Amino acid sequence: MAISDIKAYAHLTPADVEALGKELDALRREIEESRGEKDAAYIRRVIKLQRGLEYAGRATLFASLFPPAWIAGTAMLSLSKIIENMEIGHNVIHGQWDWMNDPEIHSSTWEWDNAATSESWKHSHNVVHHTWTNIVGKDRDVGYGLLRVTRDYKWKPKNLAQPAVYTLLALLFEYGIAFHDVDVSAVKKGRKTKERAKEQLRDMRRKIGKQMTKDYLLWPALTGPAFLGTLSANFTANVVRNVWSNAVIFCGHFPDGAEKFTLAEYETETPAEWYLRQMLGSANFNGGKLLTFMSGNLNHQIEHHIFPDLPSNRYAEIAVRVREICDRYEIPYTTGHFLVQYGQTIRTMLKLSLPDSMLKATSDDAPETASEKKWELRAEREKVAA
Amino acid sequence: MTRTTASRSFTSLLRDAASKLSHPLLPDDYLHLLNPLWSARELRGRVVEVRKETETAATLVIKPGWGWNGSYQAGQYIGIGHQVDGRWHWRSYSLTSTPVQDDGLIAITVKAMPEGFLSGHLVNGLAAGTIVRLAAPQGNFVLPDPPPARTLFLTAGSGITPIMSMLRTLDSRGDLPDVVLVHSAPTESDVLFRHELHELAERHPGLHLHEQLTDAMGMLDLANLEAVCPDWTERQTWACGPPAMLDAAEVLWTSRGLADALHLERFSVDLEGAGGEGGTVTFSRSGKTAVVDGATTLLLAGEAAGVVMPFGCRMGICQSCVLPLKAGSVRDLRSGTEHVAGERVQTCISAAAGDCVFDV
Repeated sequence: MAISDIKAYAHLTPADVEALGKELDALRREIEESRGEKDAAYIRRVIKLQRGLEYAGRATLFASLFPPAWIAGTAMLSLSKIIENMEIGHNVIHGQWDWMNDPEIHSSTWEWDNAATSESWKHSHNVVHHTWTNIVGKDRDVGYGLLRVTRDYKWKPKNLAQPAVYTLLALLFEYGIAFHDVDVSAVKKGRKTKERAKEQLRDMRRKIGKQMTKDYLLWPALTGPAFLGTLSANFTANVVRNVWSNAVIFCGHFPDGAEKFTLAEYETETPAEWYLRQMLGSANFNGGKLLTFMSGNLNHQIEHHIFPDLPSNRYAEIAVRVREICDRYEIPYTTGHFLVQYGQTIRTMLKLSLPDSMLKATSDDAPETASEKKWELRAEREKVAA
Repeated sequence: MTRTTASRSFTSLLRDAASKLSHPLLPDDYLHLLNPLWSARELRGRVVEVRKETETAATLVIKPGWGWNGSYQAGQYIGIGHQVDGRWHWRSYSLTSTPVQDDGLIAITVKAMPEGFLSGHLVNGLAAGTIVRLAAPQGNFVLPDPPPARTLFLTAGSGITPIMSMLRTLDSRGDLPDVVLVHSAPTESDVLFRHELHELAERHPGLHLHEQLTDAMGMLDLANLEAVCPDWTERQTWACGPPAMLDAAEVLWTSRGLADALHLERFSVDLEGAGGEGGTVTFSRSGKTAVVDGATTLLLAGEAAGVVMPFGCRMGICQSCVLPLKAGSVRDLRSGTEHVAGERVQTCISAAAGDCVFDV
């Protein structure tokens, strides 16, 4: 049943945790003070690259009746949409670039090329997910209300459909996250008014309408006889972006070793323990420069969760420091090859579509979740075996 | 429908159509990557010339980009944003160019202040070709049209800048009536636009120049203003310079019952003013608090507490830092005015007057 006592789980004394928090605070200040022209030039370069790629792709699609042009145009547009959502949009909306005081690259003004409005994303992601990270029943990103990704949730017959539900979610991911923040269940539980939900639905419909008009009507129409070619290319690019961003995001908190927590843990949490929860609850994957860039630096999920608003181009150097800190405090640092991490995510999802009676491990010591009782239980088992 | 409005509505139709294709961005967001001036979303300008005026001052001639409608009045100021170490900093400066000369260029003249962070960069660190951000011209420190029959300009240091725009405008219109300019500067070489001023005075018999070179002559004593401008009480006066000089002028003109004839432009903010009594400032969205005295600005208090505060000019001009006050009260350090919950206040020039809460 997930972690309720993070210090016991990590074998750390309160003093250890406080010292850890101080080290991370100092690291944060160090990075903040060293932000400057090089970082600003980086984000400007990325924006230039992305917008150039987008228009090169859209221009190429005027020849989309010619198959090689369709492939090249679709590839460029897919890459551009991935970069726009991940390395630019997600990070700008986090306020990673607010320090530049640039009204055009600022969390308060940025709107991204995605079905979800920036405003709803800011709430569901920046506020709910980043504050309540991996707290079962609080962080709605744990399964998105659709999937059972940890056995801390009770099995329901609908979970049998998980493989199909997940496939659909991955393909339509942008609509999934757009609808995510409307949170119909909150209305049912009386935590949100019907009017507010209606307002959110209206904003969502408006944004989706504009996005669809652009990709599925205006640009195809502009390419004239190539209408259908451009339409299918734009559709493909949106789906490619959906599947890829879904894979990267699911690798952040669902591979083995990314721990889940109970509300009890949160209630007594100090700022230093918050850091520790982010570290234990997130998982990285290894990647070269290209994979790092295409995941919007979210292969550094641990670093992103410790410092969600530090510029993404600095996560790689922060990761070296965080890893060293983890080694010193003997805190697990979950990472692995992208395919291994994603494979574990898929395996967990398939496995948990089955009822608990068919599962071996309990939620005190399972691949995707554990609790502080894990150590006791393991010691007992060893005793019995001996 | 006239031709201009027809072509304008065609342009806006085209813009609307293009925005549908570039959603959620604007066409400008792509175009300014090709040419920085091709954006009406954020006003930009290219510095086309940096002209040294004195040892510590320079004039920046700027070509504004799209979105600049070209209209301003002599005496108004603009906001200028410049990126230093990746961060945009904003200040306001009086335009020194004249709106009469329609060459699509504007100019500001900047004096590097010893404690000024951005002014130093603008005077010494800016090369022709640099792209700057601009904020639309504003300000009420302007001459009526036609100008008054008799005018006094009372200036000191860089306070001459808005007056220079006025003089150039009057000169361009060929209508420079009876004007007295009383200008203070430490030495001759510190007098901005000295050559041009003397040349103007030669061409216009109505322009009388009094240079108060304070290193040699001492400060101008307003009590003896009659000595340099005997009929000052019969003139409309525009004054611009350091706060002490403007305060003294305000006292003098008011004591003579002439407050209506005095027009002031204050450049720097004198934060030594009234002062709130301090308190606990709560930044509700970031969940941070700061206990501050009545002299610390809310902006500084927020930044020290680690809150990401919006900021711009940091001197009470640009409104970038304006935040809604949720609860409590604050005091404007310049005017002493108290603002209460529900009002939007400029955090860079306000301090806590008791406990207060901001939604940031």
